[in-house]
Amino acid sequence: MNPARLRPLLLVAACGLAWEAAGDGVHPVFESGPVAPPPGKSENPSDELDRIVFAQLDALGLKAARDSSDAVFLRRAYLVTIGTLPREDEARDFLASQDESKRVLLVEHLLSRPEYADYWAMRWADVLRVKAEFPINLWPNAVQAYHQWILGSVRENKPYHQFAQELLVGTGSNFREGQVNFYRAMQDRAPRGIAATVALTFLGERAEKWPERKLDAMAGFFANVAFKPTAEWKEEIVYFDPNADRDGLHKDAIFPDGTPAKLDPGRRDPRAVFANWLLRPENPWFSRCAVNRVWTWLMGRGIVHEPDDFRPDNPPSNPELLAFLEREFIASRCDIQHLVRVILNSRTFALSPIPAQDTPEAAAQFAHYPMRRLEAEVLIDALNQITETREAYSSATPEPFTFVPEDVRGIALPDGSITSSFLELFGRPPRDTGHQSERSLETNAAQRLHFLNSSHIQKKIEASPLVSRASSDDPAALAEDAYLTVLSRHPTAEEIAEVRAYAESGATPGRALAADLVWALINQPEFFYNH
Amino acid sequence: MSRTTPPISPRLARDLARVTNSLGGAPLSRREALRRSVYGSAGLLLCEPFALRAEPAPPPAGGKAKSVIQIWLWGGPCHIDTFDPKPDAGRDYTGALDGAIETNVSGIRIGQLLPELAKQADKYSLIRSMTHGNNGHETAAYLVQTGRTSERDVFPGLGAVVSYFKGYEAGYSGLVPPYVVLTQPQGRFSEAGFLGPRYKPFATGGDPNAKVFAVEGIVAPGIEEARQRERRKFLGRLNTLGGALPGNAAIQTVVDSETQAYELILGDAGKLFDLGQEKDEIRDLYGRNTFGQSCLMARRLVEKGVPYITINYQGWDTHKQHFQIMNRKLPELDRGLAALLTDLDGRGLLDSTVVWCTGEFGRTPKVANESPWNGGRHHYGKVFSCLIAGGGFHGGHVVGASDAKGEEVSDRPVYPADVIGSIYGQLGIPSDAPLPHPQGTPTKVVPDTSEGVPTGGLLTELV
Repeated sequence: MNPARLRPLLLVAACGLAWEAAGDGVHPVFESGPVAPPPGKSENPSDELDRIVFAQLDALGLKAARDSSDAVFLRRAYLVTIGTLPREDEARDFLASQDESKRVLLVEHLLSRPEYADYWAMRWADVLRVKAEFPINLWPNAVQAYHQWILGSVRENKPYHQFAQELLVGTGSNFREGQVNFYRAMQDRAPRGIAATVALTFLGERAEKWPERKLDAMAGFFANVAFKPTAEWKEEIVYFDPNADRDGLHKDAIFPDGTPAKLDPGRRDPRAVFANWLLRPENPWFSRCAVNRVWTWLMGRGIVHEPDDFRPDNPPSNPELLAFLEREFIASRCDIQHLVRVILNSRTFALSPIPAQDTPEAAAQFAHYPMRRLEAEVLIDALNQITETREAYSSATPEPFTFVPEDVRGIALPDGSITSSFLELFGRPPRDTGHQSERSLETNAAQRLHFLNSSHIQKKIEASPLVSRASSDDPAALAEDAYLTVLSRHPTAEEIAEVRAYAESGATPGRALAADLVWALINQPEFFYNH
Repeated sequence: MSRTTPPISPRLARDLARVTNSLGGAPLSRREALRRSVYGSAGLLLCEPFALRAEPAPPPAGGKAKSVIQIWLWGGPCHIDTFDPKPDAGRDYTGALDGAIETNVSGIRIGQLLPELAKQADKYSLIRSMTHGNNGHETAAYLVQTGRTSERDVFPGLGAVVSYFKGYEAGYSGLVPPYVVLTQPQGRFSEAGFLGPRYKPFATGGDPNAKVFAVEGIVAPGIEEARQRERRKFLGRLNTLGGALPGNAAIQTVVDSETQAYELILGDAGKLFDLGQEKDEIRDLYGRNTFGQSCLMARRLVEKGVPYITINYQGWDTHKQHFQIMNRKLPELDRGLAALLTDLDGRGLLDSTVVWCTGEFGRTPKVANESPWNGGRHHYGKVFSCLIAGGGFHGGHVVGASDAKGEEVSDRPVYPADVIGSIYGQLGIPSDAPLPHPQGTPTKVVPDTSEGVPTGGLLTELV
């Protein structure tokens, strides 16, 4: 396309390189071609997933978007699996590779990366409210223990039912047995408060929308959870106390499915009875909540949306899809990584962000990949990676002060209380309730100001080797370097021409050209949105 | 791309129409639309449930006060070294600061390191019976700024509440956000709580005492205007994803937010932060330090109608070296705060501007002379003091009292909610005005006894 022709278009669109959507035109940057239909019959669970999604689209008269380009797939897979951008060389190699199975191999590679554990631990830490300070008040040592436990569980890909079991029946010191902090990480530790948190965490249901009786009946399972201090400052033992249930709540305990329970706290910890009910394979509540969470993290919206708001009047957008994922999850013995593989290797995951029809229904049916802003932690890590700079994090309260070594990445921060105005501005969740909606992915003027014009960002750009090593004599080489580093793709001929034109305009002498280019690229929605 | 005034997106227009309708007003001009939505844009531009939860509040009935300046002595200042001196308590209590000075109001004496404030006691009143009993920084800071104890919900602080009732939805039309923090935010406790990110403060960063007050995002040192304009055009030309998704809502949000951001970067609003526009005598009067110049900046913001400004004045957590630090800091506080009161008064702004000054708690009246503190003071939530002035509050009064050693409240306890409710009252926000609780629980702006929050009653003696 001739850039000269673009100018008039820009005045109308007020944004960027217009793309002529002529006929079946495949977008040269974001798309690779039409999406291949899934085979009618296949042993491959990803094919089965696609068959279900595409059948539903057909039934609703919706058209799927095209297949993403390799560059889009690469960036997207990195971002949802390890919360990290591909490095320039990684992008270059992947794009150059002729291997037909390079996407499958990429997924395997990402699952083995250390950042995988950091990033998924961060997601779970949001759900499980890992935070030293008010209103959760875990205390820094306990935060470390809790986070280490979560991180270790993710790293070993602990079966999810075992993960839940350990959280539910944990006993011991908050400093030594990290998982017991599950019961401390809630604002209301009375039996009803615990029951509400358990319902939110493992059933994805909001107890405030339940009839009051239902919550009372579930509280009986948690009426024997007790807490006691030790001689150690802020150490607390979480334990099962057969005599703690002074109100006799256990006598009226009923499972959330309506089955009455016969509890005898003198003989058996009622939490274990509850866990037993919850973790039976035939219990649909547990696995549907888990698979829907994972789906939401990878696909940007839930089959049931929000993922922690299951209720009869909020049905799944595709019930068959949810049921299929549940079966797949249970058959794999609650293997989260298996689920990630199934989803990431599907055509559905790889659909282009350019909708065939831009309607809410198409979005709810996953007819195209939804764009969303990068999470605060991922965004700062990406900026640091691009500019090879670091960020200092600390927490001044409560004492003892927490200082975080400068090489720790945003996604690896254990404590939701760590002070950072950047993370605040970009919507890091406060971890007060465990609701997914606590994390804000909005875009606003304050964020744009920070990116466009703050000294924080400006200093990073100026310190960046990408800028300092750049030569202003060769705008094409500069563009190639900068595009691969920031956007994980090669620049188009039109884009190179724009960079050359900017260099020749004399607006920016010497190194300022590279600085302005990096600035212009990190300020593109293509950078700060996952697309 | 030479255009600097792109059209408002259909979505923004729709959201603004909603606001306009709710105000019963005429349609907005584009510029006014932008003014109303900069920073507040989060809620207007997004369809996230969290952002939409807070529906615009009804504009409050007119109160005497239009703006609030909160001087937050972060860390907890010692009450007996500042506004509640106890010269007769003995050296174990007073340490070296064993004097108190007369003020221009007979019968009111304040700490010996505050001579400028002593000349102005007719302008302010002192509450000497502040109490909440909590000794943790975070919880106490939350208490003093929300009036509430920790519960399941995180309540918004004063600044966010004022920005909710007096901000864009209530007719505020400045491009500078309605809630500004100089210079560093306190984190979540100063902030929006369940009102959501739309009501968070804009923290300036930078140092108003530096040669250039580099307000984060608005003033970038070293990038001249011509380059700003050139690279803005360059930015637009490289928007390949935007070009691929015409009419996309997420892209449009970016475009709109960017237009708003540039109104501050390249428009007139940013000039407000140029303290070089003030005469040297004025700058000297406030004191050439970060706190003094922050006070001056606060006055400039008040002149522009910004409803809530917090000055976060750090360094009051003096477990060690307490007296050395007081000798350094109190003269700064004295000069800056006294200059602010004089200047506001001289410009006829004090009547419409509440100035209040306190921290999250007081400090132990008895000096910790033992090792390792060697003359420090610890946290003390049982008794502390608060200075309050302007906005219709009477000056020259003392509310409540502490005992002879400043260890107990001896008369008329005042709880945080009492002060907060009284400030709201002066702003025309009734104590029972509803806040939009995320679960729909009826919630009043000031907690009452039904929430189990203690009260000593509003400051009726000062109005």
